[in-house]
Amino acid sequence: MAASVPLLAIPTLLAAGPASAASGNVALVAYSTPKPAYAALISAFNSTAAGKGVNFSQSFGPSGTQATAVVNGLPADVVNFSLAPDMNKLVKAGLVSASWSQGSTGGMVTNSIVSFVVRKGNPKHIKSWADLVKPGVSVITPNPFSSGSAKWNLMAAYGAQLAQGKSKAQATAYLTQLLKHAAAQPSSASNALQTFLSGQGDVLLDYEDDALYAQRQGEPISIITPPQTILIQNPIAVPKNATNPAAAKAFVSFLLSTAGQKIWGKQGYRPVLAKVAAQFSFPKPQKLFLISSLGGWTKVNKVFFDPQTGVIAKIEQGLGASTSSG
Amino acid sequence: MLVRIAGPGLAITYLSLLVLLPIAAVLSKAFSGGLGALWSAVSQPEAVAALKLTLLCSLGVAAFNSVAGLVIAWMLVRDEFPGKRIVGAIIDLPFALPTVVAGLTLLSLYGPDSPFGVDVAGTPFGILLALAFVTLPFSVRSVQPVLVELDREAEEAAASLGATSAVTLRRIVLPSIAPAMLAGAGLAFARAVGEFGSVVLISGNLPFKTQVASSWIFSLSQSDDLSAAAAVSILLVAIALAVLVGIGLVRRRFNVDESI
Repeated sequence: MAASVPLLAIPTLLAAGPASAASGNVALVAYSTPKPAYAALISAFNSTAAGKGVNFSQSFGPSGTQATAVVNGLPADVVNFSLAPDMNKLVKAGLVSASWSQGSTGGMVTNSIVSFVVRKGNPKHIKSWADLVKPGVSVITPNPFSSGSAKWNLMAAYGAQLAQGKSKAQATAYLTQLLKHAAAQPSSASNALQTFLSGQGDVLLDYEDDALYAQRQGEPISIITPPQTILIQNPIAVPKNATNPAAAKAFVSFLLSTAGQKIWGKQGYRPVLAKVAAQFSFPKPQKLFLISSLGGWTKVNKVFFDPQTGVIAKIEQGLGASTSSG
Repeated sequence: MLVRIAGPGLAITYLSLLVLLPIAAVLSKAFSGGLGALWSAVSQPEAVAALKLTLLCSLGVAAFNSVAGLVIAWMLVRDEFPGKRIVGAIIDLPFALPTVVAGLTLLSLYGPDSPFGVDVAGTPFGILLALAFVTLPFSVRSVQPVLVELDREAEEAAASLGATSAVTLRRIVLPSIAPAMLAGAGLAFARAVGEFGSVVLISGNLPFKTQVASSWIFSLSQSDDLSAAAAVSILLVAIALAVLVGIGLVRRRFNVDESI
């Protein structure tokens, strides 16, 4: 009898939990590329009134893996992925409200584009998508079934063909050529960068912000903006089961504020706020299109990236059948 | 007395929790989409190609490292040379090195920027190299203790009767260490079959050419096709198990206590 009283007290003690409004700990779960950007953003946030005293635990990894981890129970107060379908995994699991994309920036915190990364000085004079499939040019792009970045790359290639007036059949034929020229299809975007930096391939397809970071680190590369490319939009949200929603929301507001967006811009990400974007001189492609013009991610994932029936799977099987030794 | 009853019970519980339950979970996930989905997952051309490549490379590496491991173990046990202690210690380094680091290192040593001019990145040879690196400790360490215990009298007797080193090796030494070599080969094979981090970078991960089974399974899991990933995994585990059982049966022929 006496022993049960302390046991009953325990839930009360646990429920007394943390914090007042903007303090305590915020668990940030993000894709791998913005890790250095968040170092700058968090220290700037901590020096604002709203962010004083807020501690951060940070987890970075491949976008799809991070989304799956959160669905499987990884605690997260702020989630930032590299493409919308990973956020939709959380919506499907009931962790993020379906209205996450209704905000003023469509639920996105940063933009980027798919760029060509070439050896310093561009020795092979790669300027356009057509140059990628010229004889003797080898391309590095991640495997589209294990990497979100690869999906952006391939849809940029496909959309670029359509933007040049080609038909859907010609665009699909271009993708076949592109994958034929792939010297490697590393399992992730960071592996792809490592593979390119190790000396393989003539051109790497990558996010512009990732390429800019590598360049800032002194890697001997040049970044070429394709004449037609896709706008990469990175979603952010505060999950419903966040343990510190007040601080989390304050942080997201900061990331979307002028000050936050300016820091994103300095880190190589295209700001989503137009007036901040205007202060930076990011290259302007002739034709910039969205994934929505290609049908949206849900349709694109089904039609192109289903591992058994998708267009890309069929292309890979066709290429494999013609080159495998049986 | 209590220990004799509780001992095996605890051991079985530990084995179940650590090994059998996870495998059962994967097995159940593999069948969760129905038999049709399971069959289409394992018969998909990418899966077949990846499994073939993985099994061939793993078998090749296990066989090659059996010989290389024996040579290294022999050198460590029977020879004296400066730096022997250091060589003995670094044999286990592949165990300690995180596989991702191993992958990056192998890529920089044997890729396009190789200081030796050896470029195997993007080819099956890159896969073989990575697998040989991570499985070498198994081949060496399984043979080394047996070599230490080996009674030299039989070899000396053979020599005194006029046998050449080759004959002594073939008829006296090898039969004694064959079970240990096979055990090492089994461990090396099992490790090679599941290896991901060290292989995926240097291989180039090209579907149908250099994509290993673990990478294809990873792709399926990232594409949210978990039952297909589980299906291919279970097939891989089943084939690996069959090979290990086969090796076990061959070891029996040498009449060695199977509890090793």
